Amino acid sequence: MKEESLWFIFINASLINNFVLAYFLGICPFLGVSGKMETATKMGAAVTFVMIISSMSAFGIHSLLTAINAPFLQLISYIVVIAAIVQLVEMVIKKMSPTLFKALGIFLPLISTNCSILGLAIFQTGREYGFFESLVFAVGAGTGFTLALVLMAGLREQLDFADIPKVVKGTAITLLIAGILSLTFMGFSGLGS
Amino acid sequence: MSPEIKNIGLKETPTSTDEFIKGLWKENPVFVQVIGMCPTLAVSNSAKNALAMGLATAFVLVMSNVLISSLRNFIPKQVRIASYILIIATFVTMVDYSIQAISVDLHKNLGAFISLIVVNCIILSRAEAFASKNTVWKSGIDGLGMGLGFVFALFCLGSVREVLGNGSLFGIPVFPESFQEWIVMILPAGGFFTLASWLLLFNYFKLKKAKS
Repeated sequence: MKEESLWFIFINASLINNFVLAYFLGICPFLGVSGKMETATKMGAAVTFVMIISSMSAFGIHSLLTAINAPFLQLISYIVVIAAIVQLVEMVIKKMSPTLFKALGIFLPLISTNCSILGLAIFQTGREYGFFESLVFAVGAGTGFTLALVLMAGLREQLDFADIPKVVKGTAITLLIAGILSLTFMGFSGLGS
Repeated sequence: MSPEIKNIGLKETPTSTDEFIKGLWKENPVFVQVIGMCPTLAVSNSAKNALAMGLATAFVLVMSNVLISSLRNFIPKQVRIASYILIIATFVTMVDYSIQAISVDLHKNLGAFISLIVVNCIILSRAEAFASKNTVWKSGIDGLGMGLGFVFALFCLGSVREVLGNGSLFGIPVFPESFQEWIVMILPAGGFFTLASWLLLFNYFKLKKAKS
């Protein structure tokens, strides 16, 4: 795994193995906040931001746990530290830039239970990424998440004006669109070879 | 994101059987509440994986519901979510290591998704909406009902995907040799399509019932 170039990690995380459309991580916000373009972009930015920070801290925790030889504490410490960091980031942003804080709103605290964040931390540990690789992986995953969310929001905004049968309204049509998007993203799989 | 978590307190003193049944059908976490989507879609590519994942989640759900409910008078309100997550994470770690001990192959197939049970919205939502307010016995029953409802939903998805995508069920072929597998069904896109179809079916019956 060590030979992977940083560029490939980025492309892999954002396009080939998109977190939402190939790994099904973060489906809840994907279905929940993809109704409007504006909120989708903000949510994407917030998730990317938290991903970068939690990826760095997960790298630190993993090194620490390996040093004291207690791998069974991994899951518990990840989730606690991620939740704490989200809280901390929230406070810092509130102090430093109230405008940004207002823009992100409720999405910031909600992110700590987004499975893509914990998934990212677990994947990067499993793949034994170094510090810079983890960082690039987090940026790529965040970009992929934002891309999927924005694409979906754009489609759903158009859908509001379309005349669709009553049966498929709501989650069903969103899932159908997600399936088609996922098929489209499979086209990127050739990029890796 | 869950559209609504129905208020259970509205009904007049539901019996234990009611609590059990509602998770299976009326408030099925996947088909009705549409929560816990990530593992639902990710590991439902074969009936066996789906069943294993469902049972693991159900175990964590029952255990965490029981423990949270028995500690509900001791946990201060301000730190309750953090305490719930700690309790859940402990059980998930147990399940993770148990599965690894039972079958390494299964552990490999489910991958990171066992650890991700921690952030499964079903468990936290039951802890917050039910276990923190009800007795130990009722919470256990509620967890069991919801857990089995989740197993049922996962099995619905997993069996359809395996039969169409692989031509088999639990690894046993169900179609003659000439059957052309729909590879797309075991790919990620198939998960979205299968769940969408099940929701369509549910919507159809709901609309039909509303009309009559």
